[in-house]
Amino acid sequence: MFVVHYKNIFLGIGVLLLAAAIGSIAFFGLRYSIDFTGGTLLEISYTQERPSQENVQSKVENLALGSFSVRASGEDGYIIRTRDLNQNELDAVTELLTFEENIVSMDRVTTIGPSLGNELGRKALFALLALSFVIVFYVAYVFRRVSKPVPSIYYGLIVVLALLHDIIIPTGFFAIMGYYFGAEIDTLFVVALLAILGYSVNDTIVVFDRIRENIASNIERNVKEEFEITVGKSLRQTYLRSINTSITTAIALLALFFLGAGVTENFALVLLVGVVAGTYSSLFLAAPLLVLLQKKIFKG
Amino acid sequence: MITKIFGVVVVTAGILLSGFVYISEKNGGPFPLAFGLDLAGGTHLIYNADTAALDERERKESLIALREVIERRTNLFGVAEPLVQIEESSFVAETREDRLIVELPGVTNLSEAVRIIGETPLLDFRVEDSTAALDAAEEDRYVSVGLTGRFINSAELTFAGGGHSGGLSNDPVVLVNFNTEGSDLFEQITRDNVGKQIAIVLDGAVISAPVVREAIAGGTASISGGFTPEEARDLVRDLNFGALPVPIELISTQAIGPSLGKAILEEGAIAGAFGLMLIIIFMVVWYRLPGVVASLSLIFYIALMLLMMKLIPITLTAAGIAGLILSLGMAVDANVLIFERMKEELISGKGVKDSVKDGFTRAWLPIRDGNISSLIAAIILFWFGTSIIEGFALVFALGVLLSMFSAITITRVLLLAVAPKEVGKMSRALFGSGIKL
Repeated sequence: MFVVHYKNIFLGIGVLLLAAAIGSIAFFGLRYSIDFTGGTLLEISYTQERPSQENVQSKVENLALGSFSVRASGEDGYIIRTRDLNQNELDAVTELLTFEENIVSMDRVTTIGPSLGNELGRKALFALLALSFVIVFYVAYVFRRVSKPVPSIYYGLIVVLALLHDIIIPTGFFAIMGYYFGAEIDTLFVVALLAILGYSVNDTIVVFDRIRENIASNIERNVKEEFEITVGKSLRQTYLRSINTSITTAIALLALFFLGAGVTENFALVLLVGVVAGTYSSLFLAAPLLVLLQKKIFKG
Repeated sequence: MITKIFGVVVVTAGILLSGFVYISEKNGGPFPLAFGLDLAGGTHLIYNADTAALDERERKESLIALREVIERRTNLFGVAEPLVQIEESSFVAETREDRLIVELPGVTNLSEAVRIIGETPLLDFRVEDSTAALDAAEEDRYVSVGLTGRFINSAELTFAGGGHSGGLSNDPVVLVNFNTEGSDLFEQITRDNVGKQIAIVLDGAVISAPVVREAIAGGTASISGGFTPEEARDLVRDLNFGALPVPIELISTQAIGPSLGKAILEEGAIAGAFGLMLIIIFMVVWYRLPGVVASLSLIFYIALMLLMMKLIPITLTAAGIAGLILSLGMAVDANVLIFERMKEELISGKGVKDSVKDGFTRAWLPIRDGNISSLIAAIILFWFGTSIIEGFALVFALGVLLSMFSAITITRVLLLAVAPKEVGKMSRALFGSGIKL
């Protein structure tokens, strides 16, 4: 199949995208939400037309709470982020933000202490590492009967390489989103990454499964076939399924993004990027890498 | 014939199931969906419980007592279905911390919620510390001996008038009755410290520090020390609700108004319905008759998901809704795998029925292996879990299992029911999208 034939091009595109993602993370940096840094997030709305942003900004400034940010949210509200406030400070903010007749409603008030934020960061990192680790061995186990020409542990390692690709790309995308639209990395972002991992591994396994089946059937029928050709054949047999499933998943995510609630908008977007990246990596990276590995190392 | 009967049974079951889910969600129906705080509105509080000074046994007992006290308190203030949990910080945290998690549905005023919990008194009896510096602050001149509010049975208010002090003073006195364990402890402490001061510390401040004259048996201590009658009355009330066994500190709060959650729910429902419709259109256009079957199976899957969420029950959160909508897209995956496989069998020249059967058999392995990896992800997500994530992980895991189930049972039964015996022009058009037979 052409994917195997032009594998260097597809691998090249993957590497370029990866480099672009890493570059944007390095260049733009990531903005962490209070979930990770600790602090207070106020989501407020007004009964009448909301006061101007400058107005709200100057009110909060009066309280001298240190650095803070105010951004518009929805049609009648704002989201204000400050350091973690205690109850008295919160009451003071509520009082200040009411403009006579125009009563402020505190739709959502979240305060997270710094220790809790730190812990979440560690947990997120640990969860990602733990999942990758478990997956290597799971895949190696599932494909244990396939030891020729490429040992099964390499299937596991390639799945994890594909995984890295699949989470670095949405993260890079989010760095750009953060720079231009103020998107912040929060708990839901980590959830999205873990869900992408689940999706992407599933996708790669289906492709690998086909390779496994074709190898087995070749052995059974005593057919000698180049590994490259087997992989190409397997890809041809699975790419429609991969693409169709990512289309239906993308449809669901697009509906969630355009019609769903504001809180899950970024979540849908990250997942969407991840699903596309995941599909690309299982078809155009994982299988070609397997062929490359066989050509360079397991020639015998 | 038998396959047709199965098909009818499955469709009927699907209709009944959907009907039940719909009726049970109407006003007052049985098994309503449970909504999380972010959808229903309410307050979520996380406290740090300071157990550093306690040994393992005391720590466990204190935490249980803490949970009970706070639960009683939230109940007394009329909060419906409060959730009070003790949780240990995860092992990746810098230091081990014990946490108290309080969820108060319907309480959307944060300061009110904090007040309900915050007024729980912290009572501690401490003895004189002979090693303390003379100029140390009053609180620092005494050391804890483990006699805390945990051991209090009840409290009552009396007035030290007339007889006792001989004067006309009418000072309020709070009598504290210890439980058996507390009585023994109190007796022992007083016996060991005759001639010394014992400080009664309420919420960190020394209220009084009488000198012990003799061992006190009977398990009653009296606290006096410049209360107003009102203060004394409140203290008695609060002590009767229960006193904190260990100090707690608020480290995280979240209060969600009711309007926000309602919007999330409505928008989620619209997004879900729209997504479902588009997926069905895609499946029918691409796969024709099998696409129709997959769509029926997908609707069956949704009804099954909602049913399980009602029965288990799984609390629905904003993240859970997102997970549910995401799962719509992923749920057809098993169907897609099977259909693609079926097409190959058709191409190889098999009859429609055989192709359906073999398609299922051959697609099973990748479906199983792939879905197990998704389940592993769900388990790790669940472990990672703050309450937001747990909601998502549960929906995700349930979605994986039920979509697998609906593909290999419902899709299969329905496909066999509609599959024609002979490969004719009609069946080619209905089954073989994109292939030449």
